[in-house]
Amino acid sequence: MTEPLLVLEGLRKSFGALIATDNVSLEVAPASIHALIGPNGAGKSTLIAQIAGSLKPSAGSVHFLGQDVTAHPVPKRAQLGLGRTFQVSSLAMAFSALRNVMLAVQARQQATFRFWRPVRGDRSLIDPAMAQLERVGLAERAHLPVTALSHGERRQLELAVALALEPKVLLLDEPVAGLGGEDSLRMTEVLNGLRQDVAMLLVEHDMDAVFRLADEISVLVYGRVIASGSVEDIRASQEVRDAYLGE
Amino acid sequence: MLEMRRENLLNAGIALLLLAVPLVAWAIDETYYITVASRVAILALAGVGLNLALGFGGMVSFGHAAFFGLGGYAAGVLSHHAFEGSAFMNWPITIDGSDATLTLWFAALLLSGLVAVIIGAISLRTSGVYFIMITLAFAQMIYYLAISLPTYNGEDGLPLYLRSNLPGLDLSNDLTFFFVCYALLLLAIFLSVRVVGSRFGAALECARQNETRLASIGIAPYPVKLTAFVLSAMMTGLAGALFVELNGFVSPSILSWHLSGEIMIFVILGGVGRFYGPIVGAALFIVLETVIGGYTERWQLFLGVILLGVVLFARGGVIGLLAGKARHD
Repeated sequence: MTEPLLVLEGLRKSFGALIATDNVSLEVAPASIHALIGPNGAGKSTLIAQIAGSLKPSAGSVHFLGQDVTAHPVPKRAQLGLGRTFQVSSLAMAFSALRNVMLAVQARQQATFRFWRPVRGDRSLIDPAMAQLERVGLAERAHLPVTALSHGERRQLELAVALALEPKVLLLDEPVAGLGGEDSLRMTEVLNGLRQDVAMLLVEHDMDAVFRLADEISVLVYGRVIASGSVEDIRASQEVRDAYLGE
Repeated sequence: MLEMRRENLLNAGIALLLLAVPLVAWAIDETYYITVASRVAILALAGVGLNLALGFGGMVSFGHAAFFGLGGYAAGVLSHHAFEGSAFMNWPITIDGSDATLTLWFAALLLSGLVAVIIGAISLRTSGVYFIMITLAFAQMIYYLAISLPTYNGEDGLPLYLRSNLPGLDLSNDLTFFFVCYALLLLAIFLSVRVVGSRFGAALECARQNETRLASIGIAPYPVKLTAFVLSAMMTGLAGALFVELNGFVSPSILSWHLSGEIMIFVILGGVGRFYGPIVGAALFIVLETVIGGYTERWQLFLGVILLGVVLFARGGVIGLLAGKARHD
């Protein structure tokens, strides 16, 4: 069996008496999509934040590509190849879509401390950025400022920015949430097409998307993983139905 | 695209107008206005410096008088020693005074830059209102330090009797001195345009808009902001050195928090994050001071009303009002 890319071991996070993450262990294997589902308040975003590095766990460890990154700050983890999209789109709002992706390309090249040459017209940034926008189907909107993009387009842009980092693992915090039927299907297809290139940890409420995409599902309730397994296992599990699927 | 062109035309007009004033003054022999124009150019340079931190990096520094003043003191103290024929320090190395312009500028850039590294490194650990307060606190510390230095006359300040020597140019000629200030101002704006348009500038502008985003794509915001803060301080420090030469006088007043506020007013009046904004802001400030100040001591009341109008109704400042919103592509 191949080594998993991302391994969480005994991750725990408490805020005072509240335990938001309770002894979570899970793995993301290469070329696979691991979905994380659970009701609101189950601690999914808190968990993502600990993996991305914006929140320090109280205990436990995060291993990425075989190295312990628990103490690494966000930028360092991103440089190693841990990309993420945000639940609420988090972009440079005054920039155009293209400029947002160009900045990620520049970050990937680790060439930020260059003070003289204009980025405008720099093909080494523009071409890879346009390629990512095409990949998510946003090329025609490249020159619009983010403020002029619809909610669905911003989600696509989030993905393009994350992909520009050429990540090994993508953390996707509700990429389909709030999208209309057509946009939602389209995003699901885009993600499906990426699975060979990048492994994903997918947090999502939209069960159609989850069942369509996931190779493995973990169910998080009150900060704990109550079940983990294949799509069929989870569908069949009575415990999951009671706790979450509400059937 | 049309708006870009309009802003470029406006910028060219602003630059030409500032150049025309002292030329006309010289032609009609009203030399006082040459000095006024030099003041505008120098204060605008201080504003161009602050604009890099505040306008493009979103760092609301309320302590830029520290850098202006340190630049001024670096130049003033060295030329004071040169005039006296004494050394600035003898231990551990001997540093003599100097009346060479380039040495004074270098000293101003070096001192303001070094202090900005320290102030920035500490202040940038905070953000928002804490950043404003901590930069103010540092500036006040330096202000009181200058007041308590008896060697340089403390609060009374030091008169400087001669302008420095720039090879090939006679700085004691007011018109020549203006041209030098004007050239440095345009150079600083040109540098700002290049830096903001570069990869570094893209990261800096992202840090202003959304630091979380910048970190999550793998660029640590802190070193980006610190670098911009230091560049910003050095430009303002150079302006301080010119200001001291213009006035032939250096005193702690150039370190006071009033001046920090005034530099910020230049930036806001002209338009935050507009390259030529500080020229408009500084010019407006000096015109009000000269014209309305001639009738009443309370000219700042009018400044207040204008500032209020800009903040409430024209967030892009005068440039924004005339050339439309700033565009990013």
